[in-house]
Amino acid sequence: MSMNPVDAAAKHTPPSVARRVKGLSDKTIAWLFVGPTIFLLLAINIFPLIWTVYLSFTNFKANRPNREVKYVGFKNYERILNDADIWLSMQATAHFLIWTIVLQVLIGFALAWLINRKFKGNDMWTTIIVLPMMLSPAVVGNFWTFFYQPQIGIFNYVVSFFTGADASSFEMLGSVSLAPWSIVIVDTWMWTPFVMLICLAGLRSIPDYIYEAAAIDRASKWRQFWTITVPMVLPFLMLAVLFRGIENFKMFDLVVQLTGGGPGSTTELASINLKREAFEKWRTGYSSAFAIILFVTVFGLASIYVKALNKVKER
Amino acid sequence: MSYSITEPSSRQKTLAAFLVITYAVITLVPLLWVFMTGFKTPPDSISYPPKIFSEPSLEGYVNLFTTRTRVTPERLAELPPPANFAEEIVRDRNMVIAGKSKYGERFLNSVIIGFGSTFLSIFLGTLAAYAFSRFNIPLKDDLLFFILSTRMMPPIAVAIPIFLMYRKLGLSDTHLGMILLYTAVNISLAVWLLKGFIDEIPKEYEEAALIDGYTRFQAFYKVVLPQAATGIASTAIFCLIFAWNEYAFAVLLTSGTAQTAPPFIPTIIGVGGLDWPAMAAGATLFLLPVLIFTVMLRKHLLRGITFGAVRK
Amino acid sequence: MKLRQLASAVICVGAGMGTAPAMAEDLTLCWAAWDPANALVELSKDFEASSGHNMSFEFIPWPNFADRMLNELNSGGQLCDLLIGDSQWIGGGAESEHYVKLNDFFDSEGISMDDFAPATVYAYSTWPKGTPNYYALPAMGDANGWFYRKDWFAREDLQAAFKSEYGRDLAEPKTQRELLDIATFFQEREIDGKKVYGAAIFTERGSEGITMGATGALYAWGFKYENTPGKYDMEGAVNSPEAVEALEFYKELYKCCTPPGYTDSYMGESLDAFKSGQVAMAMNWFAFFPGLYADPDTGGDKIDFFVNPPQNNPGSTLGGQGISVVSYSEKKDAALEYIKWFADPAVQAKWWSVGGYSAHNSVLNDPSFVESQPFAADFLLAMENVQDFWQEPAYAELLLAMQKRLHDYIVADKGTAQEALDMLIEDWTEVFEDEGKL
Repeated sequence: MSMNPVDAAAKHTPPSVARRVKGLSDKTIAWLFVGPTIFLLLAINIFPLIWTVYLSFTNFKANRPNREVKYVGFKNYERILNDADIWLSMQATAHFLIWTIVLQVLIGFALAWLINRKFKGNDMWTTIIVLPMMLSPAVVGNFWTFFYQPQIGIFNYVVSFFTGADASSFEMLGSVSLAPWSIVIVDTWMWTPFVMLICLAGLRSIPDYIYEAAAIDRASKWRQFWTITVPMVLPFLMLAVLFRGIENFKMFDLVVQLTGGGPGSTTELASINLKREAFEKWRTGYSSAFAIILFVTVFGLASIYVKALNKVKER
Repeated sequence: MSYSITEPSSRQKTLAAFLVITYAVITLVPLLWVFMTGFKTPPDSISYPPKIFSEPSLEGYVNLFTTRTRVTPERLAELPPPANFAEEIVRDRNMVIAGKSKYGERFLNSVIIGFGSTFLSIFLGTLAAYAFSRFNIPLKDDLLFFILSTRMMPPIAVAIPIFLMYRKLGLSDTHLGMILLYTAVNISLAVWLLKGFIDEIPKEYEEAALIDGYTRFQAFYKVVLPQAATGIASTAIFCLIFAWNEYAFAVLLTSGTAQTAPPFIPTIIGVGGLDWPAMAAGATLFLLPVLIFTVMLRKHLLRGITFGAVRK
Repeated sequence: MKLRQLASAVICVGAGMGTAPAMAEDLTLCWAAWDPANALVELSKDFEASSGHNMSFEFIPWPNFADRMLNELNSGGQLCDLLIGDSQWIGGGAESEHYVKLNDFFDSEGISMDDFAPATVYAYSTWPKGTPNYYALPAMGDANGWFYRKDWFAREDLQAAFKSEYGRDLAEPKTQRELLDIATFFQEREIDGKKVYGAAIFTERGSEGITMGATGALYAWGFKYENTPGKYDMEGAVNSPEAVEALEFYKELYKCCTPPGYTDSYMGESLDAFKSGQVAMAMNWFAFFPGLYADPDTGGDKIDFFVNPPQNNPGSTLGGQGISVVSYSEKKDAALEYIKWFADPAVQAKWWSVGGYSAHNSVLNDPSFVESQPFAADFLLAMENVQDFWQEPAYAELLLAMQKRLHDYIVADKGTAQEALDMLIEDWTEVFEDEGKL
């Protein structure tokens, strides 16, 4: 393995600097080390967030810098909460969120359980299964539009091969009833391995002696599964759900490439809607308010969830 | 092998292997299809029903790296014979090569921004992680949580002010702007992962070094860093993969000079009509490094994707 | 042929123009990625030779073009020195000072807007509309038109079948309704053992596709954006009974006669469908017609072109762009030099001969123009009756609202045409209220 960058940097630190630093107290070093990180986060995360809050109370439009900026109070928030289209996009997000999590938990857990049967070569197959989640979602989404083509696409072809339905008789991305499922399928393909990996860690954390003790007590395999395996893996599973939940609430790249929010606005998830308002219609004030609402929602839901997770862990 | 009640039976193992391998194969089909499409001709790529095997062709790769213009057959006949295989392929479609495409540039941008931001995140992240691991910092837990929570923000939520800020500072569509941005996104991961790795290095090593007359600083880079090398390397790969794959910020803040490959690949089109083989070729070249990294990383994968919340 | 001579003369003219520039610059020209852009690269080699400047190009595919370029302008980017921007951007480009105002330059260089077709000057160059304030030079005239499989239309068996069914000859449609008949006739018909479809039309959701397609029908039915121009009084105009009928017609055409999976299609998909022999007719911008005519498989004798058919009155959707100098550029002088070169009649003549659509009168009024290409006459006819979308600075908001309402109604089957247009008026009213125009 080549020399890691930090090592390299350290080697290049001129001796004079090192000497100067020599006399520093631990406390100074601590702040010297943590400072840049905190500064960067303040500059590129916190400062913009505060700015977003400010913008959300104005009628500012980023594409019209010459226009007078007016303070509008809570009008933007009012408009958003009364906008039927926003609620539709929240519904679309909820549908996507719930189904991807359900499918990924079921399939991911099942796979982890199977892999934990420790058959020969399970490591290699695990690595193969993991590949999709490491790829660029935008590129993946772009490619699935190709697979979903009604006539030339491999997905429709495979489905028609197994069901006998005509490959050009259904449109995964174009029909109102199928499009919400088309994005669920791709996300599940991509992210099931994530849930699987975490479950696998959970399963491997269960010491053998617990099962041995249960077997001595003549507990059936079925009973062992529900009284040992499931409760022990649950905290891990909940952690996986937390990560997937946050990620899919923010979902943008994959779906924007797949459907662009269509047909109509069927798959226009919250982030896609937000991007349209902010960077296509340039309603900066309005979309800032929307961004804040989304952020508070994610943060709120996640905090409640983490509390629940901690309770489960304590058990 | 001695009998164990927790060891699954061999029949169970076979069944499990069968199911897992089936899933793995299904999961691979889309990736293989992308790979194969890259070696098809444009008409073969959109044939109905889909052709699984077809005469391999490099047209997709030629189209990926060139721009082409259509010419009349009369003018084509006047041209000197093709100088290389690429020209030959293009001429078969009544076209001539007009120049280089932008793919090379965009790929290079991905490399520059990916490595630049990874270097910076690791550099800052290692320092901060070391401090969090070894020193008593007031409000340590709060600070750590704050660092983590920045990752929860939807990118679009901060994108608006970042867009405005970059416009003022002249950082829009620059490499530096993207490197700083990706560093800010990656640093939470870097700090959390590296803190985990450094926590695992016994404090006694440094203490011994300090007694030997090393300064804190020397102890850090002569004792701790070498010990943390594997952890740093795998954290670096995670940061690199994130920067490599990122799309939302790239599409909003770059338009040409610093545009990375993910927003560019979906926009590869041919001369009149979509060019799937070229897109597939572009995707294959772009995804390949990540596949290799994933295989290299497999031991630390879990830790990386969960911010160190789950350690194996 | 006069045009050819003009075209070949350009090289000499170009060489003569070379008054050594102060400094050789690297100029970047931004445009959409499509056939005419490739032609412009060829054409610009003359400029490089004569001026000593170096041209590079940034071509962005249509679906992302508006998004990317407006983002670039709004962030004050310096990627483009020259921009061939869409006609609807002119309002924003002028009011937010993204574009350099060209009046003084035109005056000093003796470039007269009277030398260009009035419809193109009005649409591509002026802001406020119709006033002599120029922010672009008409670069590329364009409108939405149609092309069809001439070889299929000429088949005797199909001719006979069509006549017995519709009581008239199978020929280029004279009205929108006739177009629907022909499309219905071809839908799912077996030709040479292959199932074919009626027509490829625009249904794209993300950028501007479905609006550009459906306005073809709307304009032919007599659609107007306002009752009185400049008053933003849309009630009764945007949702007039004719507009409702036209929108219902477009949906019928979509439902009946498009190939499977045609739910999110724009220029590229239309070209693909036609070139792969899937459809009998297709709509697309005139810009693509030279390429289509040259296509080895479906071009030549197999293709012919027609202008968007009238219904209550003639009308075509305007495309096309003017070329502007970006105000954030640091090489404005060199960029202006390019515009001066481009405005030259000899260069304009060559522009048409390599596949661009010149808007220069010397090209369009040339007696040989009509005969120079099979679609040249249709192009002139289309440009006589073109209508454009709003060119307001808030055009993007207006467009996205229309995209949504149309796609919801036509593709996603939500509500009625009347409801879609009523809601569109609501959306637009809100935008104009925010703008302080209502």
